[in-house]
Amino acid sequence: MRHIIIGAGPCGVVAAETLRKANPMADITLIGDEPVPPYSRMAIPYLLIENIGEEGTYLRSTEHYEKQNINYLNHRVSSVDADEKVLTLDDGSTLLYDKLLIASGSHPISPPIEGIDLPNVHSCWTLDDARQIAAIAKQGSNVVLMGAGFIGCIILEALVKRGVNLSVIEMGSRMVPRMLDEKAGGLLEKWCIEKGVNVLTSTKITAIKESGDAMEVETDGGKILKADLVISATGVRSNIAFLEGSGIDVKAGVVVDNKLQTNIANIYAAGDVAQAKDFSTGEYEVQAIQPTATDHGRIAALNMAGQSVEHHGSVNMNVLDTLGLISHSFGLWMGVEGGDSVEIYNPDAYKYMNLRFGIDEEEDVLVGASTLGMTQHIGVVRGLIESKIHLKEWKERLMQDPTRIMEAYLSSTQELDNVI
Amino acid sequence: MSWTKKILRVNLTEGTCTPEPLNMEWANDYLGQRGLATKYLVEETDPKVDPLSPDNKMIMATGPLTGTMASTAGRYSVITKGPLTGAIACSNSGGFIGNEFKNAGWDMIIFEGKSPTPVYLYIENDLTELRDASHLWGKSAWEADEMLHKDHQDPNLKIAVVGRPAEAGCLFSAIVNDLHRAAGRSGVGTVMASKNLKAVAVRGTLGVAAPQDPDAFFEAVADGKEVLAENAVTGQGLPTYGTQVLMNVINSVGGLPAHNMRDVGFDKAENISGEAMHEPRASDGKANLTTNGACFGCTIACGRISSIDKTHFSIKDQADKPQYQGSSGGLEYEAAWSLGADTGVDDLDALTYVNFLCNEDAIDPITLGCTIAAAMELFEDGKITLEDTGGIDLRFGNAKALVEVIELTISGKGFGAEIGQGSKRLCEKYGDPDLSMSVKGLEFPAYDPRGIQGIGLNYATSNRGACHVRGYTIASEVLGIPVKTDQNDAEGKPELVKAFQDATALVDSAGICLFTTFAWGMDNIAPQIDAACEGDWSVDKCLEAGERIWNLERMYNNAAGFTSDDDTLPKRLLKEAVKSGPTKGNVSRLGEMLPKYYEIRGWSDKGIPSADTISRLGL
Amino acid sequence: MQKSLHLDPAKCTGCLQCEMACSYEKLGEFNPSRSLIKVFTFHEEGRFAPYTCTQCDEAWCMRTCPVDAITVDMATGAKLVADDKCVGCKVCTISCPFGTINYVQETGKVAKCDLCGGDPECAKACPTEAIVFIDSNAHGYDRMKAFAEKSLPSANAT
Repeated sequence: MRHIIIGAGPCGVVAAETLRKANPMADITLIGDEPVPPYSRMAIPYLLIENIGEEGTYLRSTEHYEKQNINYLNHRVSSVDADEKVLTLDDGSTLLYDKLLIASGSHPISPPIEGIDLPNVHSCWTLDDARQIAAIAKQGSNVVLMGAGFIGCIILEALVKRGVNLSVIEMGSRMVPRMLDEKAGGLLEKWCIEKGVNVLTSTKITAIKESGDAMEVETDGGKILKADLVISATGVRSNIAFLEGSGIDVKAGVVVDNKLQTNIANIYAAGDVAQAKDFSTGEYEVQAIQPTATDHGRIAALNMAGQSVEHHGSVNMNVLDTLGLISHSFGLWMGVEGGDSVEIYNPDAYKYMNLRFGIDEEEDVLVGASTLGMTQHIGVVRGLIESKIHLKEWKERLMQDPTRIMEAYLSSTQELDNVI
Repeated sequence: MSWTKKILRVNLTEGTCTPEPLNMEWANDYLGQRGLATKYLVEETDPKVDPLSPDNKMIMATGPLTGTMASTAGRYSVITKGPLTGAIACSNSGGFIGNEFKNAGWDMIIFEGKSPTPVYLYIENDLTELRDASHLWGKSAWEADEMLHKDHQDPNLKIAVVGRPAEAGCLFSAIVNDLHRAAGRSGVGTVMASKNLKAVAVRGTLGVAAPQDPDAFFEAVADGKEVLAENAVTGQGLPTYGTQVLMNVINSVGGLPAHNMRDVGFDKAENISGEAMHEPRASDGKANLTTNGACFGCTIACGRISSIDKTHFSIKDQADKPQYQGSSGGLEYEAAWSLGADTGVDDLDALTYVNFLCNEDAIDPITLGCTIAAAMELFEDGKITLEDTGGIDLRFGNAKALVEVIELTISGKGFGAEIGQGSKRLCEKYGDPDLSMSVKGLEFPAYDPRGIQGIGLNYATSNRGACHVRGYTIASEVLGIPVKTDQNDAEGKPELVKAFQDATALVDSAGICLFTTFAWGMDNIAPQIDAACEGDWSVDKCLEAGERIWNLERMYNNAAGFTSDDDTLPKRLLKEAVKSGPTKGNVSRLGEMLPKYYEIRGWSDKGIPSADTISRLGL
Repeated sequence: MQKSLHLDPAKCTGCLQCEMACSYEKLGEFNPSRSLIKVFTFHEEGRFAPYTCTQCDEAWCMRTCPVDAITVDMATGAKLVADDKCVGCKVCTISCPFGTINYVQETGKVAKCDLCGGDPECAKACPTEAIVFIDSNAHGYDRMKAFAEKSLPSANAT
């Protein structure tokens, strides 16, 4: 049985390993299109800080694939023929498969702005991007970061640590608008400004122009910022272009069912490319987050290996460390209509926390949360959301004091009855 | 090294927090906590200072073992001049905040001056700030604790806080930490509130450095823990019954005072004993006692966690107050005695409720109970009337009256404000000063000096007034630890009292709990200190340091105006013989013991340390 | 036979000797804030609950780690964090539904219980046997683990 996995990110690698574990005899091929061993984009900020070298970003040791008898190919897949069960690669060669996993990930998108194609305007997505950024972003250089979303914020610290003069320009009214609400996003902005970052929200870049050796970045507010480097971090889209004409059902991403199988038998999709079930909403969405990618990879692989494993939906969640201020969001962090919620907001201490509860029979079930400045035992938020545990009397206690989340978790999951 | 070698000086007048190095020369003589903080207080303040003036200082201090793995090593003390007595006040507390101070990097915090507005001290390691506490002022200790935890979004924050009575000037206000542990006696909370300091909130994540000699330390600590586990008191009695193990024991040997010490022996002691706390109650089949709980690092775990019967009159109409409906710190022996036996009340739930109130609003239950007992006697004598009490029928044994008068005391209103001044001032006001069962203005704990002779000498000479935990001779006189002495003998008691007082001064300066000494001698304690700390801490050096500390406190009190005339007991205990029971016919024979005590202490017959003593101890 | 930590709230007094022992083993200092086992206090209930990683089979932390910094100790079954590989991205901290792998600001990395190589200090320090290190099968593994895992739909996929 020939298993092919398109995409060598965390999702593809976990899928390959899961397949190997499930079926020691399987023929497994993993295809990545970058000329480096499989690596993690999550590690790029730490590469830019120079905490690690490039090999520190590798998902596994270089011998790992050979040891696991996983055939790793460095190619780009140009098309899929689902009828013939054959892939065509960028060099024109073909590969036959019995089971296929599309884990081709996503790519950064660039806004249609004058000057976006200038040589010193980069995304920060691949190792190659990181190398180019590292070459320009030096002590004292002027850097404009376009977009204060998740990706923007995650590299923000690295840029500050490299000693650049950093400006962050965000179209939305606050930082990380898809993860933090007004209060938390506002606090994050204040924090960044206090750390010496020039943050402009509700601001659009209208043009990037060459100016001598450097560039000038123009905003809709009429500001002009000098830049040696512009980093575009305005969002990502699923890599689905190569599937055109394959007959595979594609919307924002590859649409999959609750086995992570596409509309075509024996073809699965997982990770950033997959439009799969969101645990909280029940809708099929592209989440494009690391924990979902590895969860998808595992479940898709098990189904490919002939087991029947249902994907119940992944909890959308994020963690972000912005210059030392740590933020999280989980599930329905904006809340649900009619559901109770509680928040703590202590701007002086850069602390924020909200908990969102469900409605009707789930009125004592945690459905979402976001936090700022909290690190300990944060995973139980996922545990509580995903297990849909009824918090009973603890809900009211959390409404009084949401910091007691760990007590609520333990009380709801452990038998605490004591015997004297 | 087990000191952090750093102290924090907080000037409330100026609003400043300034770190400074710990005086290690003093640490070598006074070890830490009680001893070392007393040395700082003596050096920095005038002993004649008005305790509630900005010129008084208040010191929160840990010991070198605090925050280490030595059993019970989580203690801290509050040292200041006390408003109830005018003597040195030193109150020791467990819970968890002592360790937190240490983990934040501070051996000691010295508070001086007075803030113009209510503030609290926030400590997060090196970050130390006075912050506005106007929103906390007027709140109970429990409310303020909850508000601070929420404000800081940090369940791990440890908080020491004063309640409403302290703000209103109740002279026996405590400082409560971790909700139900307290630096309880002598009115240290009143001093704190007089400085407009509502709370100290601390979070420490720096760690306590490894002991000086780790191998020796872990060996000594393991030996110590084994001794505690195998000892009948620390291994069984205290974890099972808490200090309440004593209620029936002390009653049976004729040492339990009752009814403002009019009587010795309380016929209903059983109803409020440690054993009774285990009995299932009629309404819900649950026992008063939920479980036992430990303070930081404690392998004894004597703490009582109790709940009140939901159908009990004290809380049945307070369903909206969750703080009384669940479990919290339950009755310890001294509180059960003062609030119960001494007032003649044998209603365990009522006592548990008023004990909760004492924790909730940070007041000393011993002085509170004794003051109410004195008021009850005055009431029965007709010297206090219904008009005075605002209609409270303050007879002995009236549980409802007890609850009412305590609620009133916490409110600081009417007759409650008079109770809040302690028994000495109350009895003076109502014309019968001899009914105040106190020494130097501090009320007695739960052992009668007529029934147990040595403890009487300890009370009379204790540096903070009538206090059992300055020289707990009960261990020897009743429990036979380390050797049994006859409770009715006066002979040998001066030596016994001195030995207990000196050893206790050292234990209170180390960061560990006095209760270890039910099982530990100095030969268990010194090796732990010696291995943890720099310098050579032999048994002899420890005992000498204890004696040095005791004398330093004594000299402070003498300078504050106390004389040998104050080393006495209320007339009742010297003249009125025990009426019944095993110790029938006894009075305290203090007069026989005191001169000998002075002599072996190396003091003049006026109780003043001689030049030789001062020089021998390097004072 | 593989052993696991068995945690019994009914026996715990909340003394935190375990937290000190853990931090001393890992850091050479007494620092409960950095302990990998934590005791939680339930004031109203009068309960104390020691809590740490169960070394669960799912190993959410390990699976989600983007840089292969978490591995299994084959001798003990413990999931180990390799400090030289962990970049501090914290993805494991949100992935672990038990909240038992935590980011440590001081080191910039995550930390979790590693069973001290098979001789856990917390169990040795516990004065009441609320923490014992025993045969995994003898007690049907751990109540907490069983309960919490069962309730997580994503855990059923094995």
